[in-house]
Amino acid sequence: MPNTKRRRLFVRGAAATLAATLGATALAACGSSDEDSAESGPVSLTYWTWTPGMDKVVDLWNKGEGKKDQITVTVKKQASGDTLVTKILTAHKAGKAPDLVQAEYQALPTLVSNDALADIGKNVGDAKSKFADGVWQQTTLGTDAVYAVPQDIGPMMFYYRADLFEKYGLTVPTTWEQFAATARALKEKAPDTDLTTFSANDSGLFAGLAQQAGAKWWTTSGDKWNVGINDAATKKVADFWGGLVKEGAIDNQPMYTPAWNKALNTGKQIAWVSAVWAPGTLTTAAPDTKGKWAMAPLPQWSADENVTGSWGGSSTAVTTDSEHKDAAARFAAWLNTDGDALNALAKESGIYPASTSAQLSGAFTTPPDYFSNQADFYTTAAKIAKTTAPSAWGPNVNVAYTTFKDAFGAAAKDKSDFSAALDKMQADTVADMKKQGFEVSE
Amino acid sequence: MSSLAVQKASSATGTQGTARRRPPLRGRIALVPTIALLLGAVYCLLPVAWVVIASTKSGSELFSTFTFLPGSGFTDNVHDLNAYRDGIYWRWMANSGLYAVLGALLSTAVSAFSGYALATYRFRGRESLFNVLLAGVLMPPIILAIPQYLLMAKADLTDSYWAVLLPQILSPYGVYLARIYAAAAVPSDVVEAGRMDGASEWRIFTRVALPMMVPGMVTVFLFQFVAIWNNFLLPYIMLSDDEKFPITLGLFTLLEQGANTPALYTLVITGAFLAVIPLVALFLVIQRFWSLDLLSGAVKS
Repeated sequence: MPNTKRRRLFVRGAAATLAATLGATALAACGSSDEDSAESGPVSLTYWTWTPGMDKVVDLWNKGEGKKDQITVTVKKQASGDTLVTKILTAHKAGKAPDLVQAEYQALPTLVSNDALADIGKNVGDAKSKFADGVWQQTTLGTDAVYAVPQDIGPMMFYYRADLFEKYGLTVPTTWEQFAATARALKEKAPDTDLTTFSANDSGLFAGLAQQAGAKWWTTSGDKWNVGINDAATKKVADFWGGLVKEGAIDNQPMYTPAWNKALNTGKQIAWVSAVWAPGTLTTAAPDTKGKWAMAPLPQWSADENVTGSWGGSSTAVTTDSEHKDAAARFAAWLNTDGDALNALAKESGIYPASTSAQLSGAFTTPPDYFSNQADFYTTAAKIAKTTAPSAWGPNVNVAYTTFKDAFGAAAKDKSDFSAALDKMQADTVADMKKQGFEVSE
Repeated sequence: MSSLAVQKASSATGTQGTARRRPPLRGRIALVPTIALLLGAVYCLLPVAWVVIASTKSGSELFSTFTFLPGSGFTDNVHDLNAYRDGIYWRWMANSGLYAVLGALLSTAVSAFSGYALATYRFRGRESLFNVLLAGVLMPPIILAIPQYLLMAKADLTDSYWAVLLPQILSPYGVYLARIYAAAAVPSDVVEAGRMDGASEWRIFTRVALPMMVPGMVTVFLFQFVAIWNNFLLPYIMLSDDEKFPITLGLFTLLEQGANTPALYTLVITGAFLAVIPLVALFLVIQRFWSLDLLSGAVKS
């Protein structure tokens, strides 16, 4: 394809150094917000979010900070997930996207490459200093621009049934090698019991595990994208889990099913690789085992490492359709950095804040109800959150995720080769990017 | 539910000719068809039974007790559903009712007008118009949702009740059915007789033809009602304000609350169960209109 249309954004995003010289022209493409900085008079903003209780948090703004400046925000509650990204892009096509949207980190490149998100770098003040570098970097996509303010994060952790580990004489694994040994040891002692399962129905889990291993699925060099979904780090992760499934050391049934809930609730599965939000899930999935679980850092690939991946998390972004980008950006910054706002978010919505100062204050001084036995739950969580590896999202994460579900779902079911599934994920993702008109280096 | 309507409708139109068959042999049941029908019934009713039983289970019983063992939490579930965001569930239910009743009525009216016109009048382009409509029947409404959104956005009507109502008023299938039905049920002799007596075309339609078309129009109404009640994608694309959501969309937001919030399974299941009740009630009430057509023949031969 000699005449491939280049997508403006990512070419710009790639060439951060080039942008120093060419930046002015490139950045102008993305609705600069200079012109409306001196606005006055009442401003009314709409905000699409799926966070429960967000209306109550926004009330704090409408009655306090926002009232002074006559900026009123209206929450329009949405369902989360990839479908919301499609909805935002459809609305954007008609020029009718709301002023503010909630977006998962991995959705940001898709939104930005469709020119749906505004650069709010000038309006968010010193917000950068409130977040860990690895988190902030996800909202800049490695450019000089800022496309969103981080809201919540999902650092990954290892959850296990403390009582059953003791009963079976198992120790908490600190490396993946020990993890495999633990799984095998458990199989010997209790053949009906599994340490955990490999589930392909939430791609975020695998992406997080690959991220921990140092994978960089999407990177850019010059004008081109490199897709490294089947890079060495991810292969290592895929082969590790594929091997465990094949030898029968762990289960291969998907999670979030009634059967999975039952397995957790009855002690048929005694551990879960998950993220900081797991207490909420466990509360509904395994209500009878409350107080019997404990949390530990994720096992590492080598004993001297200390990194984790992230699974989930979202940010607040301002759309290019907004007529009041300044006001919207100020609200986004307030929502995710102001102490009162973050306290309310934790209380009303149960989110785990991206802001580092909020991770140890307010609601996070006591452990979650389900983990009342582990007093230092949130202190440990905050320490783990600091070790989050940087992530590298690209413009078609949804395609990679869908292929993952299909290919790995089938591979887990048949106990077949995981690296073949990984190669398929790579091939499909690259093919889709080329089809969309991105330049991809081979 | 809608398959019921088809069976009813087809038997309604087909009975006159085949009514006088030999009486079936006594004491013998056709085994294979009976088993096939029973299997079909089980296949259709099992999920319904599941919803009914699951809605009685409390959060802790839902995944831990035997699937078809009723639980003890039904009143609590309804109570929680009532309490969820100040009873927004009932608002969704009312919205669904509004979209479905008004949308189905308007759609039935449009179908009746156009079906009658296509069946009774001869005009240039009639067949090509009808063929376009037939093509419309083959077009799944889902692929039209996004173009319709872009059109509505041009008219500044997105995120309004009209955005959901307007696209559903014209139902190609409804027009198709109305034409077929009008052609079969309204004899041209009757229309001619009306003209001879000096009645206006409007009067002939409303006083003579329409009463004959009632059973067919009931079918169209039910089809549209169920289609609108169950519609998901169109309101999903059109609406952003959850005060205007229909029940399908509302339940979806309860299910997809983001990773860090557990899905409200018990609320969704109870909500789904309660949302089926109006549909069942509607079918039970309206069913009797179908049998009317056997008695309402106009031209006695």
